[in-house]
Amino acid sequence: MREVVVLSGKGGTGKTSLVASFAAIAGGKLLADCDVDAPDLHLLLSPAIEEENEFWSGRVAAIDAGKCTECGLCQDLCRFDAIKEFKVDPMSCEGCGLCYRVCPEEAIAMRDCLSGHWFVSRTRYGPLVHAKLGAAEENSGRLVAVVRQHARSLAEEEGLDLIITDGPPGIGCPVISSLSGADLALLVTEPTLSGIHDLERVLGVCNHFGVPAVVCVNKYDINEQNARRIESFCTDFGAEVVSKIPMDNVFTEALVRRVPVVEYAGNGVSAEIRRLWDAVVAKLG
Amino acid sequence: MIVSVASGKGGTGKTLVATSLALSLERKVQLLDCDVEEPDDHVFLRPVIAARESVCVAVPSVDEDKCTHCGLCSEVCAYHAIAALKSSVLVFPELCHGCGACSYLCPEGAISEVAREVGVVETGFSYGIRFGQGRLNVGEAMPTPVIRKLKQHIDPEGTVVIDVSPGTSCPVVESIKGSDFCLLVTEPTPFGLYDLAMAVDVVRRLEIPSGVVLNRVGVGDTGVEEYCASQNIPILLTIPLDARIAQHYSRGIALVEALPEWRGRFLELLERIRGMVRDRARR
Repeated sequence: MREVVVLSGKGGTGKTSLVASFAAIAGGKLLADCDVDAPDLHLLLSPAIEEENEFWSGRVAAIDAGKCTECGLCQDLCRFDAIKEFKVDPMSCEGCGLCYRVCPEEAIAMRDCLSGHWFVSRTRYGPLVHAKLGAAEENSGRLVAVVRQHARSLAEEEGLDLIITDGPPGIGCPVISSLSGADLALLVTEPTLSGIHDLERVLGVCNHFGVPAVVCVNKYDINEQNARRIESFCTDFGAEVVSKIPMDNVFTEALVRRVPVVEYAGNGVSAEIRRLWDAVVAKLG
Repeated sequence: MIVSVASGKGGTGKTLVATSLALSLERKVQLLDCDVEEPDDHVFLRPVIAARESVCVAVPSVDEDKCTHCGLCSEVCAYHAIAALKSSVLVFPELCHGCGACSYLCPEGAISEVAREVGVVETGFSYGIRFGQGRLNVGEAMPTPVIRKLKQHIDPEGTVVIDVSPGTSCPVVESIKGSDFCLLVTEPTPFGLYDLAMAVDVVRRLEIPSGVVLNRVGVGDTGVEEYCASQNIPILLTIPLDARIAQHYSRGIALVEALPEWRGRFLELLERIRGMVRDRARR
């Protein structure tokens, strides 16, 4: 079984539109949405949810005011400034439990947190494993790990040979969790200076974790000079630019109709996305 | 006044809005780029960096001579960052949050802490703007210590603009916490709407007043406007879908520099925010 993850560093470069199109082109592959902070793939694939699971992760401290003698030890020891005036700010608490262990009055309890949900769904293009982290929650990396683990076991169960993963923006914990152990990363960028800067950093992460990467420059005609710059530095990094897609409103129009862009656009954009997919498949070997 | 610029969805124009807000004000303004995974404000401000500080997490270091292999350290670690084996102790520094529980609780005093760099904070200036940014080191997972360190530079005397990473989880909360107002930048599409609704959940939970900037108006649908009307969230600024804006952006030129007629609109936006913050303080 192979796994390709679509990342970008910078957000909003077109990851999800491309993944939905790949789902339609390839058909019958396992789909995973690992952008658990802002999962959007389901908006294009209209999934029927078959299974909903709770994601319990991490703990938060709570002080029993009745037992607290306001000795202040917990406040002094908390490295996250999460305890003020003998109250825990659950948004700041990282659940380490040091306060709970040291409180001489045993006035502090640790409570489990329901941090989100994950789902197994059916789409016209194949099964989809996706998730939603609760607002302002921690542990997005762990939820990503849960999604990937279930995507793998489901692919195995159903005899599917490929997992197509929509990844999160950035380079931090959920990105690392989406990337580690994947067979190939497709990095979607745009020819803006910020896109280039962000691409360099996410390429660095791919190198760090030893995952080979190929690059797609979306909206390349916004700035063709920058697009050429991307091609030359990708060569230095050993990552090939396998596709350049022009700026086109059909992406937004398809999105408004909630269909993958390859099913909506009759023009060259669809053909280019198909070529891109062929290149990804060839790289996966 | 602290104004943070956030959005659930990435690529909606946070950086464009944050840099243009700061550049419109010109002075008595601080711009802090808290998108430490992918900080891009510097591309548009080209700041002179005057100081650089390392951001470290305190990770345990075990003195094997004192260790009796009682296993308490690994039992108390909530992050599985330390594992006590029969004859040695393994530390996984990249999992460690630096809470200090293992070193504080070790009955033999066998655990000390060593600083491990996870990122840097850089401060400087650009024109009259005081600039700061955090950069998470490539390969590191935890942005929050970098954000926390950067936010220590906040000077609430003037106007502080905070550029936030996309999403709705811990780095976003760490960045917008303590703000007087949060601008949510989105686009008029189903993705923009879905992710906006999640971002609204976050700011409501933190009890921070908010308003929307709707970017790339032209193609798309009316879902965001309908949602904002139903939720009583003001749309404070709309920016059209315009190839010129995208081209200037691609070259690293801020909107208000490329098209100076926008400066007045951003100043007006800030005045409206100021008014809303004042009204709220009175209530």
